[in-house]
Amino acid sequence: MIMKILLIILSVIGLGLTIIPSVLVFIQDISLDSHKQLMLIGMILWFATAPFWIKEQEL
Amino acid sequence: MSNFFKKLDARLDTIDEYEQEPVPEKKLKGWKGFLGMYAGEHTAGTEFVIGPLFVAHGVAAVDLIWGLIAGNVLAVLSWAFLCAPVAVKTKLTLYEQLKKICGPKLSTLYNIVNALMFCFLAGSMIAVSATAVGLPFGIPMPELGDWLPTSVGWVVTVFLVGLVITVVAILGYDFVARFANIAFPWMILVFIAAGLAVLPQLGVNSLSDFWPVAQERIWTGVPAEGQSKFTFWHVMFFAWFANMAMHIGMSDMSILRYAKNWKMGFSSGTGMFFGHFIAWMASGILTAAAAGAIAPGIIAYNSAGVAGAICVVIAGWTTANPTIYRAGLAFQSITPNWKRWKVTLFTGLVTSIAACFPALVMLLLDFVALYGLVLMPMGAVIFLDVMVFPKIGMKSNIAELASLDFNWSAGLTWFVTLLLCLFINFYMGVEIFFLGLPGWFIAILLYFGLSKYYQNRISKTEVLKTV
Repeated sequence: MIMKILLIILSVIGLGLTIIPSVLVFIQDISLDSHKQLMLIGMILWFATAPFWIKEQEL
Repeated sequence: MSNFFKKLDARLDTIDEYEQEPVPEKKLKGWKGFLGMYAGEHTAGTEFVIGPLFVAHGVAAVDLIWGLIAGNVLAVLSWAFLCAPVAVKTKLTLYEQLKKICGPKLSTLYNIVNALMFCFLAGSMIAVSATAVGLPFGIPMPELGDWLPTSVGWVVTVFLVGLVITVVAILGYDFVARFANIAFPWMILVFIAAGLAVLPQLGVNSLSDFWPVAQERIWTGVPAEGQSKFTFWHVMFFAWFANMAMHIGMSDMSILRYAKNWKMGFSSGTGMFFGHFIAWMASGILTAAAAGAIAPGIIAYNSAGVAGAICVVIAGWTTANPTIYRAGLAFQSITPNWKRWKVTLFTGLVTSIAACFPALVMLLLDFVALYGLVLMPMGAVIFLDVMVFPKIGMKSNIAELASLDFNWSAGLTWFVTLLLCLFINFYMGVEIFFLGLPGWFIAILLYFGLSKYYQNRISKTEVLKTV
């Protein structure tokens, strides 16, 4: 159970790293290059963790 | 080695997808699977093309937004009120239902056309993925005017992408749906993030800047050189009929036959409003920021880096997979003795060959409209036959009842509807994007009238009196 919660938290962080940097670029807090690097980390986090907790697809 | 193939063959044979029988009650599914499946399938690689093509066709900002809202609502209603009730009532694939209505010979003809159309559609998605896969290898990407394969590197990249996608499709629909379900939340965020991050490049530094920039620099209302001008009506009808083959054309019976009730047709709303609204708008912004570039891999990489390029690849997969699956079902109904995985492998090969031609991407709007139109009349035939005929005392499934090889009332409905649409297109100047609406009513009237005549004639020969 704890492991699952940890995985979900990491997945959410992954999604956060996908979307939040773009907001920061928009308000000119970070550069476009930093945003691209953070998105890559976010993607790795998501795909490394989400398959382990997203339930088996019903269809 | 032969032992390995025997085991693989046995494993793949156990994937039973109820292609040729009604889905049993215990296998019916709830909302969650449909919501995820539709969201994933319609947030796809081709969205990276359609948004830019709207920009190239000079859509104005206000026309885009209202056109997409109206068209997507109509599409969802078409799934919910036309396709889902038929699918839930019959619990059969489109292909099995067609056999009952049209007879084996006509349904075979339809299935060949249908499968080829799906192969071309899946091919465009593979081509989209290839524009991203080829990026790190410096392979020159096709541009707006390219219709033929542009290099050997492009062809090799397309075939590699096609191979991977085909293997995934062979592994069965559960795997496909699970893949789409996992990827979707991330993909839609990549679309949004990519669009948001390039807004400052276009001069948007606050929310209040967006609308003036959208009108002046993104959806300017001025088409690119050599492109026709799109209006609100083009956008609305395109959004409505982009998946015409699937809702009005009934192809999604293959999916919605698993639904517990017809209301699950509304789950298509996730695909329409995430994929065909947010993603189309976001990709339009990306192409404006990339000075009009169309190749999805390039515009995604420019705005979201490696994650953007990978998103294009995955987005292509999640749409190509179910499309290849559908095409495989269509081919299997022609060759029922072939194992499903062999049929899917063959489908993947045809699809990959089609994907080598960039015309599938650059003329995507026209092709999408054409494939929906070609398959639509049979959707009208099925709707009347399943939902209306039993209520007005006419016979459903006439080919099955009377052991017909070729139901001429359905066949003539299909051919004459398409001929009349062609006539309307050539002689009345109505563009292909709009033909689906008059075409559907033509098909309904023709099938009703021809069936009335045909069933009366058959009943006189006593065939139907015994059933």
